[in-house]
This record gives sequence, structure tokens and C-alpha cells, in this order.
Amino acid sequence: MENQKQEHIINHDEPVIAIKDLYKSFDDQAVLKGVNLTVYKGENVVVLGKSGSGKSVLIKIIVGLLKPDKGEVIVLGQEVDKLSEEELNALRLRVGFSFQSSALYDSMNIRQNLEFPLTMNKKNLSKQDITNAVVEVLDAVGLENKMNDMPADLSGGQRKRIGIARTLILRPEIMLYDEPTAGLDPITSFEINKLINRVQTQFNTSSIIITHDLTCAKETADRVAMFVEGTFTRMGDFNKVFDTTDEQVKGFYDYNFIK
Amino acid sequence: MSVNKAYRFVIQFFKQFLIPPFHISEVVNQCYEIGLRALPLITLTGFIIGIVFTKQSRPALEEFGATSWLPSLMGIAIVKALGPLVTALICAGKVGSGIGAELGSMRVTEQIDAMEVSAINPFKYLVVTRVTATMITIPILSFYCIVVGLLGSYVNVRAGESTSFLTFFKNAFSTIQFLDLFTSVLKTIVYGFTIGIVGSYKGFNATRGTRGVGKAANQAVVMAMFLIFVEEVIIVQVSNWIRYF
Repeated sequence: MENQKQEHIINHDEPVIAIKDLYKSFDDQAVLKGVNLTVYKGENVVVLGKSGSGKSVLIKIIVGLLKPDKGEVIVLGQEVDKLSEEELNALRLRVGFSFQSSALYDSMNIRQNLEFPLTMNKKNLSKQDITNAVVEVLDAVGLENKMNDMPADLSGGQRKRIGIARTLILRPEIMLYDEPTAGLDPITSFEINKLINRVQTQFNTSSIIITHDLTCAKETADRVAMFVEGTFTRMGDFNKVFDTTDEQVKGFYDYNFIK
Repeated sequence: MSVNKAYRFVIQFFKQFLIPPFHISEVVNQCYEIGLRALPLITLTGFIIGIVFTKQSRPALEEFGATSWLPSLMGIAIVKALGPLVTALICAGKVGSGIGAELGSMRVTEQIDAMEVSAINPFKYLVVTRVTATMITIPILSFYCIVVGLLGSYVNVRAGESTSFLTFFKNAFSTIQFLDLFTSVLKTIVYGFTIGIVGSYKGFNATRGTRGVGKAANQAVVMAMFLIFVEEVIIVQVSNWIRYF
């Protein structure tokens, strides 16, 4: 099985996310220690690092779920930390966030899960428009027949795909994936990686993919950023990042691909 | 519970309560859920309290030859104290814990964060709707508990003497004044607010996985019950001051 990335255009003149000198601590534990990253339009950037190292904190700051201690996060030309609640919500409609746990609403079936962000944010849509949007995103993630199921009836991989569909329904320009393949078997992981690439081309998104899975990184990344001890130690295409004598980076590669 | 954090939570409720959108269909949905959850237990408890309280009071009144006062005594006891209080305590257990567990579970599984990143205000959608629903539903359930409790009392009275249904109810309400009814309604609204806001606060701020959810549900019940007793004392005291001045 090979997941070939389709041709896509990355516009290096148009940054969609710019993170400058970002710091974040919880109590006395520093998680982000001067992070710098720029994501360009149409680009998939994979943030690779150990579990529990604070990678997810980075994307939670990007959508304003957490506040940084210091530094700047500019998303689609707007500094997140300085936005009012209304401005932040308007920005959030342009940024999709796929949670590690999928975070599907347990009390709603799949159709209601997908309709919910639309009906709450776009009041002028007709019932037919909403149904069409639901069918389109379910089709994009390959789960058209699951519309009336409850989240509890789905497998882990299906839940991830519905989680991605729920963010796609708002037509975001940026996708943030938090550990999209964590806890999945290799075949399901392969399907998710394929879906991430399809979303990039079909929905024309730019993405940050947080993962500790090297296969996911290799298959989805245009650029890899290696996150070690609160900052990016190496950045570039997959092969370049691992062409190093740095023990921590090499160890990560060896553990995933050799052991 | 951090007092400052709880205070800000309550203030945020009143702010959000007054600002549109109002999510009326979700309030109706929550009213239905809360009512349905508590109704069987309130029916059973209300009826049994009516029977037992009448049974217990009769011998004392018989000693003074005052059994004719039984309906009035039951009216005062059930309308002014037992009906609202028993309803509130049942709802604190059934509804408060349910809200705490539901929101706590949504918090630890990132469903609340998912709402936030979808530009949906989770406080307004989850907290304001639930607290509004408890403020509407608990007075209704309390009224229902009073009716069922008096019915239970009537069943017991009827077993011993031939008082008609109408005479019993007329006597039961003969000593109830407008201030008593007003105080009862006010109490139930306050209890409803307490149960909703405490359950929501505990659930909304739950942490540390499933253990945190259990803790949130448990604390929601304990804290709500404690506050209900404190409020009962304060409201009764204030209504007595009003009555005498």
C-alpha cells in the first residue's frame, strides 16, 4: 500500500500561520520555550515529537483554547491573543480542529453531530442546504452509510473520520489535526493519512498535523518540524530532518522504523 | 470550590442569560429531560410523605380532640415546607448529579472544547439552558409534589373518617396565605437555580478523567443539598420578618 501525495500548490508568499517566539508554562513546568513556525498556504506541516511533550498545546494556542505566556500567534493575518470574542469566533470558523479523542457529541447521532456547527453558525441555510453539506462531507470521509448511527456505535477510525468531517463542514482554510492516527491499527492509520492528503487537495487547506507517528509524518508532510524539549530542533522535508547525528532525533527514527 | 471562580461563574450566567441567542428549543428539551428524570421519584415520595405525615400527626391531634385540624396542618406542612424541600432534595440528587456528570464527561472528552473551536459558546448552550430549565421545571415539579402529597394525606384521612375530597382540600388551603404561596414559589425558583448552577459549575470545571466526572457528580449533589438547606432557613426567616412587619 502506498499513499502517494497528489500534486498541490504551496504559496510561499502567503503565510497562513506565523508563530513567533512562543512561550507557555503550566505551573512551573515550561512546555513551549521560544517556538517559531510559519505555515504557508496549501502546506501540510507535521509537528513530530514524543507523547506528552506539549505539541498539542501549540495548536490549542492557535485556536485560542489556551493563552500563551509570551510570543505572537498570527492566523490568517490576525493576532489570536488580541482578538475580541466575536473576532475569535469568526476566525475559528476558518480553522478546523480535529481532536485526538474525536470529541464527537455523545448525545447526538452522526447527522446531528455534523449539522450542529452549521445550524449554530449559519442561520440562513435551508434544511436542504444543510443536508447537502452533511452528505458531501460524509462522502469525502467515506462514511455515507453512517448518518443515523450514534458515535458509540463507531470504531476508533470511523470516529476520527467523522471528527474530521465535522470540521470540514464549515469549509475551513486551515486544518489542525491532533494525533490523527493515535491508537489506530496500521491499516486504519493508512486510511486516515490518505484522508488528510485528500482534504488538503479537495478542500484546499493548509494544515498542522501533530503526531508521534513517523509513518503518518512521512505520508502527509510537506515539511516536518521536530519538537524536542519545548522547541523545534530541526525543520525541513522528512528525509532532511532525519539526516542527522543528533541522538534524540535519530533515536526517534530508529525506534519507529527499526525497533 | 474557589469562591471567586464560583462567583464569576454565576455572574457569567446572568450576563449570558440576558444576551441573545436564547436556544429556546434546547431549554424546552432540557425541561423535558429534567421533568422526566425526576417525575417517578417525586410521585412516589410525595404520596408516601402525605400518607406518613398524616399518620404520624393524627395521634397528637387526637389527644387534644383536634383531628379536624388535620387537613390544615397537612396544608401548612406540605405547601410551605415539605413539597418544595422534598422536590428540591430529590432533584439535587437526580438532576444535579445528572448535570454534573453529563457536563463533566463532556469536559474530559473534549466535547466542550470542540464546541468552542466550532465558534459555539458552550457556556450559553450547555449551562444557561440547563440552569434556565431547572428554574422552570423545579417549581412545576414542586407544585406537582404538593398536589400528590395532599392526595396521599387525603387517602389516609379518608381511611379513618368520611371527609369529602373537596372539604379536605378547602380546609388544607384555609390557613395558606398569599405570602405563603409566594414564598413557596420563590423558594422553588431559588432551589432550581441552585441545583442547575452547582451541577453545571462542577461539571463544567471537571478535570482528571472519569474520576473527575464521578467527583463532579458527587460534589454537585452534596453542595446543592447544603445550599438548599441554608436557603430554606434564610427564606423562611425573611418571610417571617415580612409577615410580622
